[in-house]
Amino acid sequence: MLLQHAAEAAHGAPAAAAHGAEAASHGATFHPVLPWLILGLPLLGFLVNGLIALYAARKALPAVPPVGDPYWDSHGHDEHHAHAAAPALAHAHAGAPSEQEHLDRGTRPNPGDHADDAHQGHAHDAHGHDPHGHDPHDDHGHHGGPKPWTHVAPSFIAPGVLLAAFAIAVLNWMSMRGAGTFEPIYGWEWMPVGNLQVGFDLLLDPLSMVMTLIITGVGSLIHIFSIGYMKEDPGYPRFMAYLNLFVFFMLILVLGSSYPLMFVGWEGVGLCSYLLIGFWFKEKANADAGKKAFIVNRIGDFGFLMAMFLLFANLHTLDFAGENSVFQAAASLEFGGPVVTAIALFFFLGAAGKSAQLPLYVWLPDAMAGPTPVSALIHAATMVTAGVYLVARSSVIFAMAPTASLVVAVVGTLTALFAATIGLKQWDIKKVLAYSTVSQLGFMFAAVGMGAYTAGVFHLMTHAFFKACLFLGSGAVIHAMHGAFHATHNPADAQDMRNMGGLKKHLPITFATMGIATLAIAGVPPFAGFFSKDEIIGAAWLGAEGANPLASGMNHVGMDPAPWMWAIGIILSITAFITAFYMGRMMIYTFFGRFRGTDTERSHLHEGNWTLTLPLIVLALASTLGGLLNVEEHVPIVELFDFGQGAALHHWLHPVLAGSETVMRENVQNVVEPHHAAWPIILAIVIGLGGLALAWVLVSKRNERVRTADVEPAYEGGLQKALYNKWYVDEFYDRTVVKPVNFLSRLQWGFDRGIDGMVDGFGRMAQALGLWMGRAQTGYVNTYAFVLIVGVLVVLGSFMAL
Amino acid sequence: MEHVPLQYSLALSAILFSIGVAGVIIRRNAIVLFMCIELMLNAVNLAFVSLSPYAGVQGQVFVFFVIAVAAAEAAVGLAIIISVFRHSESVDIKNFSLLRW
Repeated sequence: MLLQHAAEAAHGAPAAAAHGAEAASHGATFHPVLPWLILGLPLLGFLVNGLIALYAARKALPAVPPVGDPYWDSHGHDEHHAHAAAPALAHAHAGAPSEQEHLDRGTRPNPGDHADDAHQGHAHDAHGHDPHGHDPHDDHGHHGGPKPWTHVAPSFIAPGVLLAAFAIAVLNWMSMRGAGTFEPIYGWEWMPVGNLQVGFDLLLDPLSMVMTLIITGVGSLIHIFSIGYMKEDPGYPRFMAYLNLFVFFMLILVLGSSYPLMFVGWEGVGLCSYLLIGFWFKEKANADAGKKAFIVNRIGDFGFLMAMFLLFANLHTLDFAGENSVFQAAASLEFGGPVVTAIALFFFLGAAGKSAQLPLYVWLPDAMAGPTPVSALIHAATMVTAGVYLVARSSVIFAMAPTASLVVAVVGTLTALFAATIGLKQWDIKKVLAYSTVSQLGFMFAAVGMGAYTAGVFHLMTHAFFKACLFLGSGAVIHAMHGAFHATHNPADAQDMRNMGGLKKHLPITFATMGIATLAIAGVPPFAGFFSKDEIIGAAWLGAEGANPLASGMNHVGMDPAPWMWAIGIILSITAFITAFYMGRMMIYTFFGRFRGTDTERSHLHEGNWTLTLPLIVLALASTLGGLLNVEEHVPIVELFDFGQGAALHHWLHPVLAGSETVMRENVQNVVEPHHAAWPIILAIVIGLGGLALAWVLVSKRNERVRTADVEPAYEGGLQKALYNKWYVDEFYDRTVVKPVNFLSRLQWGFDRGIDGMVDGFGRMAQALGLWMGRAQTGYVNTYAFVLIVGVLVVLGSFMAL
Repeated sequence: MEHVPLQYSLALSAILFSIGVAGVIIRRNAIVLFMCIELMLNAVNLAFVSLSPYAGVQGQVFVFFVIAVAAAEAAVGLAIIISVFRHSESVDIKNFSLLRW
């Protein structure tokens, strides 16, 4: 069975364990190559692109008070003359410059629009954004023509810095093979406060290496995709600047050598997530979605901070590596004791916020309000997996806290099932993928909760491949649909699957790549998701026999793991089946059957240029082959797909995860040998194929009947209604959290107004008194003289009286 | 040599001073007001001089100071009155309540 390595080591099969420890302590020290550049390049990209964005925005500000969008018209005024000279336009507007201005701004429809379209052959490539963010000024009179340099330079800078960072990461990866010890890369003293000595140090070890490769590699592809997808947007330089900044913070998150530094990245990616979700902030819904993500994440951050405080209070260090490592110090804590359990639970609260787990997952589906590349990069491939990284990084702490690990596994499992059910009945293609992401993150947490850290990271990696591919594919679909609707002035929703259908003829590359990614996520061998998901479910079956780290930890603290593990395994299997089903449903509604739009619209459907398709192809390749990175050695069925040494990722991550295995070995005595069986693998294959087949049987027929979104009801019947409305969780939160908080705020506002009124009252009283007394000041000399004399007489009188 | 009794000169001084005070309080013409102030100052001078045979020469010295100050005060005061007159064609102090809040 899978995951046997972790189990072996954890249960102290002495030879293997000793070997592992030896490898960890006696391997050569790793010397990183230019590690600071990996961070520095995206930061540089952010600075340059940010300056360009500021410059473009400033230039776009009209000299006269704006009529419309202040961001608009970054297409420069020098362009107008070129337009006026174009023969196709000559008849349309030879008029005053103000009319040219109107034409370019697209503020009113005119015959010149279509002439322009015909003239500019690639005009429809240009409709590159989601209808949610549909700029009211984005009319197609505007596209084509040479772009101002502010829209050209970011296309080279943003992906350029990432590709360079990726290249450095690959160099490091190659020199890391064979290395066994990993020292922090010392930067500078950052927080030298008494006992607390936190340096700005990086740690490039196998775990952060994997993350860095994913972030820079997948990130580069998504940046390239963004060129094609966003280049027509007036805020394009700003978008690229934010993306670069995000990558910078994400790299700080994974490369930081201490919890505080990780927290810097943690907050930084939260900021960038907020900025990018609300990228089209002129629509209130988008801005609200950004705020929701930010606020929900604050709850998680509270957990992260509490965990850090507790760690520091008990261990007096927060460093990951070096002489004073928190993970070495953690051995002094009581195994399964309240302190380590509280730390682990608080860390998990932080992880649940960032990685959208129950009950804090609600922000992620709303985050789809951002541009689709953002959904792919931040809300599927990288940032939302930060929680999994946090748990894997803190594996020692979680290994010492079986109760907390059980909570992680159970929450992950329930999240997986819960989100998957919602995904069954969403019509928005991005919403399906969003709930799918929440569900897959649940799988990862189930894995790391059960102590199968390698499996969690493995699924994190394969998920980054296939989910980024799916999101970018959905972006290509939306791009095509948006272009078609735009050409026909159809206000319909370009993201609603009821408006799609039959796209595989028009978008063959997108169809093929998304199809591969769907097979991968559904768990069909030999695609990537099969291996990683099966390893997670396999960990549960192992646990049912008491043979995974969580199970042995639970045994040690006197809990019976078997029912829990059976439940987790069964629920995850059901979830995997649902996953295959809803993904099949999504593919069928999008790509199969007939196109549900008009013939004119169909004629406008077409694949994007290479910047849109190349990333899809590369990610589809990765989704195909990625699973081979961690194929189990001893399973005959899977050996067919293996190459070289099996379980490569497991061996790769071993130096990082050895600590948790040591902890288990030292604390847990009862050893259960993992028992290998073939049935879980057969079950996994059946589940994956079965889900897809069921979708084909059930959805295909309905796909022929379904009508466009304006006439087709979103749901029929009670259960569908509940699913479509996401189990009413948002409504529930609104009632139980938002409304009471609002009520309390109003109450306190009233109280505050009372206090304010009192203070203001004193002020007003003094003012009134002054006004009244001021009337004594007549300004007449006589009066003053009289008062003076009366005063003198009184003084004299009183002297005489004495 | 027959001296004027002290009581007489002090009574005259008091009467002059009271007239001055009454004038300052009652009259509205700025120049009259001014003359009333001079009247008060001179009433004080008279009191100083009357008392000097009994109290020594200091009183007489003080009188010179009073005269000097009164002269300066008259110069400044008349200048103010002239500029006020230029401003409003009137020296009625009821028109000048500028010092009011």
